[in-house]
Amino acid sequence: MPDVQNQARAVLEGPDIHRALTRIAHEILERTKGAQSVVLLGIPTRGATLARRLAERIAQFEGMKVPVGTIDITMYRDDLRLRPARPLGRTDLPPDGIDGRTVVLVDDVLFSGRTVRAALDALNDVGRPRAVQLATLVDRGHRELPIRADYVGKNLPTSMAEKVKVYLEETDGRDAVLLIKEEAR
Amino acid sequence: MNTILIKGAAILGGAPADILVKDGVIAEIGDLGAASAGLTVDADGLIALPGLVDLHTHLREPGREDAETVETGTQAAARGGYTAVHAMANTSPVADTAGVVEQVWRLGQEYGHCDVQPVGAVTSGLEGRHLAELGAMADSAARVRVFSDDGKCVSDALLMRRALEYVKAFDGVVAQHAQESRLTEGAQLNEGEVSGRLGLTGWPAVAEEAIIARDCLLAAHVGSRLHVCHVSTAGSVEIIRWAKSKGWDVTAEVTPHHLLLTDSRAERSPIGPYNPIYKVNPPLRTDEDVRVLREALADGTIDCVATDHAPHPVEDKETEWSAAAMGMIGLETALSVVQEAMVETGLLDWAAVADRMSARPARIGRLPGHGLPLEAGALANITLYDPSFRALVDPSAMASRSRNTPYEGMELPGRVVATFLRGRPTVLEGKLV
Amino acid sequence: MRHLISAGELTRADALLVLDTAEEMARVTERSIKKLPTLRGRTVVNLFFEDSTRTRISFEAAAKRLSADVINFSAKGSSVSKGESLKDTALTLEAMGADAVVIRHGASGAPHRLANWVRGSVVNAGDGTHEHPTQALLDAFSMRRRMGRLEGLKVAVVGDVLHSRVARSNVLLLHTLGAEVTLVAPPTLLPVSVETWPCQVSYDLDAVLPKSDVVMMLRVQLERMNAAYFPSAREYSRRYGLDRDRFARLHDDAIVMHPGPMNRGMEISAEVADSPRSTIVEQVANGVTVRMAVLYLLLGGSEPAIGGIA
Repeated sequence: MPDVQNQARAVLEGPDIHRALTRIAHEILERTKGAQSVVLLGIPTRGATLARRLAERIAQFEGMKVPVGTIDITMYRDDLRLRPARPLGRTDLPPDGIDGRTVVLVDDVLFSGRTVRAALDALNDVGRPRAVQLATLVDRGHRELPIRADYVGKNLPTSMAEKVKVYLEETDGRDAVLLIKEEAR
Repeated sequence: MNTILIKGAAILGGAPADILVKDGVIAEIGDLGAASAGLTVDADGLIALPGLVDLHTHLREPGREDAETVETGTQAAARGGYTAVHAMANTSPVADTAGVVEQVWRLGQEYGHCDVQPVGAVTSGLEGRHLAELGAMADSAARVRVFSDDGKCVSDALLMRRALEYVKAFDGVVAQHAQESRLTEGAQLNEGEVSGRLGLTGWPAVAEEAIIARDCLLAAHVGSRLHVCHVSTAGSVEIIRWAKSKGWDVTAEVTPHHLLLTDSRAERSPIGPYNPIYKVNPPLRTDEDVRVLREALADGTIDCVATDHAPHPVEDKETEWSAAAMGMIGLETALSVVQEAMVETGLLDWAAVADRMSARPARIGRLPGHGLPLEAGALANITLYDPSFRALVDPSAMASRSRNTPYEGMELPGRVVATFLRGRPTVLEGKLV
Repeated sequence: MRHLISAGELTRADALLVLDTAEEMARVTERSIKKLPTLRGRTVVNLFFEDSTRTRISFEAAAKRLSADVINFSAKGSSVSKGESLKDTALTLEAMGADAVVIRHGASGAPHRLANWVRGSVVNAGDGTHEHPTQALLDAFSMRRRMGRLEGLKVAVVGDVLHSRVARSNVLLLHTLGAEVTLVAPPTLLPVSVETWPCQVSYDLDAVLPKSDVVMMLRVQLERMNAAYFPSAREYSRRYGLDRDRFARLHDDAIVMHPGPMNRGMEISAEVADSPRSTIVEQVANGVTVRMAVLYLLLGGSEPAIGGIA
């Protein structure tokens, strides 16, 4: 018997991701009336990269610099005890902070909603935004908390047995979203 | 008639022979095929040694009966193949009068597992100030010949000189615990790489060697006998070798643990670092010291093996290192450790083991009836030993009241199968009789 | 269970993980809400057999900022001084459900012994004359922040090395992290086998100073004088104290450290201690963040991410 391989299928390729981010950037501009008081906060690691890309696009379209930062949610997770202690990511707020701003949280995949819940707690400890929105490249469903995204790159129906893996040029050398079916071994 | 026939024992590891014991005395040795006896012991594969003699045992009674008693300590001795032990004087009260040494001696006689020969204190209360009544102890029923403040060093050079001189009157010997006190204040572990890394106050070799050198010179000066307890360093061996080369009457002992274990145990052992089971006085030393001690025992520079059996209750060892009591039990493992360290390394044959663990210690202690060759007419103090046996050391199976053996879980060779004290079995098939 | 008992049991990756985690913790301590929910429901016991208010407060602040429950067990004046053994104390803590025990003890090796008797992680907050690993971590953290690197950094550790748990831990950790340590002390205050340690040794402070990037002064206790380790405080200070003249011989970027508490005028002069090139105050602040990192990495998951097996 040959080994049963995990089956991976690319659901988004580089150009798809490019288009999705462009659309999200436009939507942010529309919904926030020109992104005047917007701060983009990416959740490390890939959410941080996506936040920077969105900021670049907004700068291209409107010629304005949207403050970008990162917010690490590790120490706010509710599942810390399920895995060995993990290394922390970076929290890097823009110099003017987030008070009174519209924070757009950026993450790569929206799944149970627990990461976003942790991010909301973390935000609470670093400032008081006027409003918080959520942008995600992929929404794969299966929410466990009353959380939804304001900006979605692609809605991707999945089963619990599947995994969604996001690759980005800056960290992984290529842009792609893979849907991985884990076969029973 | 009370007769015992030991069939096919390898006497001192030699060719198998039968030993017939009658009324406590070896009656005949040879091929006694058809002889019959009250008790016949199949000694096929066993080595017959003269009953072992320990020059250095702590029986703890009177005073610390929670750690050991004369009864349990002598049971441990019998299990280890001993027919006589010298009971150290650092009891409470101290064995510094005829009354205390006679009490200990009588307890030994009553229990009968092995002979207990009390050691008398050199100074009253082990305090190092006044000589104890050495003559009274020598003249007592216990007829003390070995005097020691063991646990403490007779530091005062003048007092040491007087003690050495005084015991000449009754052919006694002073057994010195060589430890320069100022150099060992708060000392915990051999001063060296390990103590430096572990941050434990170092116990320098020179603290032992300086006293031994001084005492050798004193013994030579007054023409007396000196015995050096638990020699633990290569430098001590060199000094003793030099003293003997001068023809001075200096003898020395080494413990089984100093022949096998090193200070590295305090840092790395199966039971974790800083385990005070390895805390002992004098401390475990280095590989090089162990090598030199083994050679010295082999070439006779060190005369004998003495256990320094030092029982301590669990609570005195289940502590941080510096708070723990010093010492380890050793009666029941001594012969096995000597086999491991000396016989299996080719340094000693069984005849030499008998010399170092029976004949010489009996001679140093002037102990009549012990340490004699296994031949017709001698008192039947005999140990039967199975050198092919191997097992993990199990403290819970020991006869000692204490469990502080450093060998727990180690595989050691050999097992005492039977011990006879003047023809009476104290141990048969490895069990107390 | 993994513990932090010796700096020597930290791998290079472990040590860097602690320092990097501490950097993130430092950012938390700079914001207005300094508390994190990370160790909610975890219990940290501070078991102090020696008075050390500074170290205890540092660990307490670290644990509280991570929302752990903190029980301070000061063994002075408690049942311990009435003869209760370390083991019995350990069993008591065990019954309280301690997830970590931070222990300060006058006996070298006490944390190793404790680790045999408790299920939680043991953190050594200083044991006798053995080790003080979180002090070494905070020293390395302070050095890296000031100097920007540890690799190749030349560090002189000056003073009572023989009795110093700080020196032992620093030699081991800094060696792991690629710094070059030189111990400087009178021969009486060096362990006999110090030549086997992964460092250089010198008796001559003046020869070492110009080559040093970091000079760490150790506290010298006056009672050592009575045990004949050196003739007098004045002579010690002249030969091994860091005064203004010696300070002037350091190169311009070199920094001065001291684990505290200082004997001003003995091993370090007041003006050196208070100079901008002294890190003594920031060492205290860094102590909290480094200890937060250690507690997080030991307790912030299903199992510790760093440390050795006791």
